[in-house]
Amino acid sequence: MSGEKDLEQLKKEAAAKAKAAALAKMKAKELGEEKEEAPSEDLDIAKQKAAAAAKAKAAALAKMKAKEQGEEKEEAPSEDLDIAKQKAAAAAKAKAAALAKMKAKEQGEEKEEAPSEDLDIAKQKAAAAAKAKAAALAKMKAKEQGEEKEEAPTEDLDIAKQKAAAAAKAKAAAAAKAKAAAQANQSSEAGDDAKAKAAAAAKAKAAAAAKAKAAALAKQSGESGGDDEKAKAIAAAKAKAAAAAKAKAAASAKAGGAAGDDEKAKAIAAAKAKAAAAAAAKAKAGGGTVKAEPAEEAKPSPNQPYLDKYIRVIEEHLGNDHIEDYYINNLSKDVPTLVAKPESYYKIAEFLKYNEQLGFDYLSELHGTDFETHMEVYVHLYSYKNSQSVALKVKIDRDGPTIDSLQPLWEGANWPECEAYDLLGIKFNNHPNLHRIMLGEEWVGHPLRKDYEPYDVEV
Amino acid sequence: MLRTEEMLLNVGPQHPSTHGVFRLVLKIDGETIVEAKPVIGYLHRGTEKLAEDLQYTQIIPYTDRMDYVSAMTNNYVICHAVETMMDIKVPERAEYLRVIAMELGRVASHLVWFGTYLLDLGATSPLLYAFREREMIINMLNELSGARLTFNYMRVGGVKWDAPEGWIDKVREFVPYMHEQLKGYHMLVTGNEIFMNRVKGIGTYTKEDALNYSLSGANLRCTGVKWDLRKNEPYSIYDRFDFDVVTRETGDAWARYHVRLDEIEESLKILEQACEQFPAEGEILAKVPKIIKAPKGEAFVRIESPRGEIGCYIASDGKKEPYRLKFRRPSFYNLQILPKLLEGETIANLISILGAVDIILGEVDG
Repeated sequence: MSGEKDLEQLKKEAAAKAKAAALAKMKAKELGEEKEEAPSEDLDIAKQKAAAAAKAKAAALAKMKAKEQGEEKEEAPSEDLDIAKQKAAAAAKAKAAALAKMKAKEQGEEKEEAPSEDLDIAKQKAAAAAKAKAAALAKMKAKEQGEEKEEAPTEDLDIAKQKAAAAAKAKAAAAAKAKAAAQANQSSEAGDDAKAKAAAAAKAKAAAAAKAKAAALAKQSGESGGDDEKAKAIAAAKAKAAAAAKAKAAASAKAGGAAGDDEKAKAIAAAKAKAAAAAAAKAKAGGGTVKAEPAEEAKPSPNQPYLDKYIRVIEEHLGNDHIEDYYINNLSKDVPTLVAKPESYYKIAEFLKYNEQLGFDYLSELHGTDFETHMEVYVHLYSYKNSQSVALKVKIDRDGPTIDSLQPLWEGANWPECEAYDLLGIKFNNHPNLHRIMLGEEWVGHPLRKDYEPYDVEV
Repeated sequence: MLRTEEMLLNVGPQHPSTHGVFRLVLKIDGETIVEAKPVIGYLHRGTEKLAEDLQYTQIIPYTDRMDYVSAMTNNYVICHAVETMMDIKVPERAEYLRVIAMELGRVASHLVWFGTYLLDLGATSPLLYAFREREMIINMLNELSGARLTFNYMRVGGVKWDAPEGWIDKVREFVPYMHEQLKGYHMLVTGNEIFMNRVKGIGTYTKEDALNYSLSGANLRCTGVKWDLRKNEPYSIYDRFDFDVVTRETGDAWARYHVRLDEIEESLKILEQACEQFPAEGEILAKVPKIIKAPKGEAFVRIESPRGEIGCYIASDGKKEPYRLKFRRPSFYNLQILPKLLEGETIANLISILGAVDIILGEVDG
């Protein structure tokens, strides 16, 4: 009877642990970095079940995150995350251990620990406790840093080890993920399965806290924050949590710090050492990126003088109430971009063409775009005389969009304007022959409008 | 005196000398064209609309079908646009493969033009020679990409396939062979009295007209504008090659003929150098995410296709599909000048003038 109970207990814990492992790994991968912690390859049946559960959960989580990602407009880092996430999902589903190894190799990362084939129950318990502590620690730090995102995480771990383990697991996972998120400026939420529902709130908080921490460049002052009853495990847990947090942040900063958040108590010392290294790395890398970004933006584009010149010449001759906005478009080979007011659009274009300092004699491209809030006409002009480009844009009303035609200035605008009329319904005043150039006059609607519904007589 | 009156003559859309489905409604007075009205759109497939529901990589095959005579440059322009937005550094070897593929495509494209143009003018045999050489290029590109015309070869960050064993040597051997054949073309066609009568002084326009009508490529360079995006706004690795921008001054069909034939020479020069510099090994694809998401914003890039300036505009809202995709298709712009050129010309010159513009209807209609 008691033997059976033990087995039950063992199963639960194993499941809990496996989940935590899977989660942590996944998050580590999101960071584009291999955090190692290979789950045991030959767990006994109970363990395997647990692993299966963990995988399912990891997959669910990955999906959720993928969704979140889909809505987020991030730059390069998020794309990295994307891949990483996919990898993570795949990894979680496939043999976690095998994959973990492979990836570790690929990334030239040191595999952290030998798979924990021989974890005994005690160790597992310790691990669970450690994770709980990690979460608690993360939360505490958030508090200490005056972050407002806090809330009582699952302080109310009940005695049942299973619950404790689940919550701890979730938190550890959330913390790990949160760091990734922090780096990519995105807060991600972890999906949770039925068991971990209770921990969801705690997770979110842990995530927020951890993120805040990361953002603050991880002022890792080893606060003590064990709120668990198992006092002995506190120190170890803290160390691990710190190590993991730092390592993750560092990893996301591509510092390449690998950290062990392994549950094995033996690894604590190593983890601590690594934590220190990682923290240092992160401090550097983090500080570097934070500084680097504004610096990059501040760096003037090579085309800035041209833009300044255009604006200056236009303002000298036409006054300063014709240009709505102007900027260098960094994404588009630094092309100077002018946004004209609709009523001044033709005037500006005319000026760009005939002013002898500007002399944009060539219309390279003209098209419209439906931005839902407004309609936009984009014109790319080129000056053969000065070898310079300029993008001229005009934002016009979306309902009944009308704008002056540029055809009188550049014959080359003739057909493109017809195309914009045909596909977007933009009317060009003074165009000599505005007609549906592609679809034919009997076509109903303008297909490139975002609210276009195909018209079918038979429907 | 004979009574004359204007009449309408419909040309196309199914007519061999319109190079596809292009229709011209002519108002003629006897032999003379009073007014020409081009009608296009027969091949409009809504690529830009379709693209709004496709991921960037999925759009690439659609670009093959725009300018189907020179699909490599189309492939390149969309990849280049996304790479520009995402700031991706393309590996060296991939760049060389791209340039070699694009220049082979340019030679093949000009060969098609040469053959069909002469066929339009009533000379049958040049087509056979041109297509013989073109077939060799198509075979090489087939070995490279697995397709003869719709290559779908390039990817954001590089290319899909590495060059097979010995492929570069084949290209290397092709260069002198093609040089030799070009001499043959000139002997066969260039000095031909009938040909010269049909192209010299025909379809003439000035440099100002060319710029005003947004012409590009050989249609622009035939008026003396020394402009080639490969040279003037170098993309990829074109700044590493020594080649000339071919121009002529007269602005007639004769000038366009010479510009195109001489451009084959220049492309061969680039091919020769590219094969010489080709890196022995290396990556062919940069490390890019599996799901490509261009950052929020917009970009417009333009490159030199055989027909002129092909551009790609992307407006992205950060998703994996473009919010708006627009191709600046050179044939579409180049064709605009046709009514002006045809006014007052005889019907016999129509074919010569239209052919010299070098349009691809898949590209005109988008």
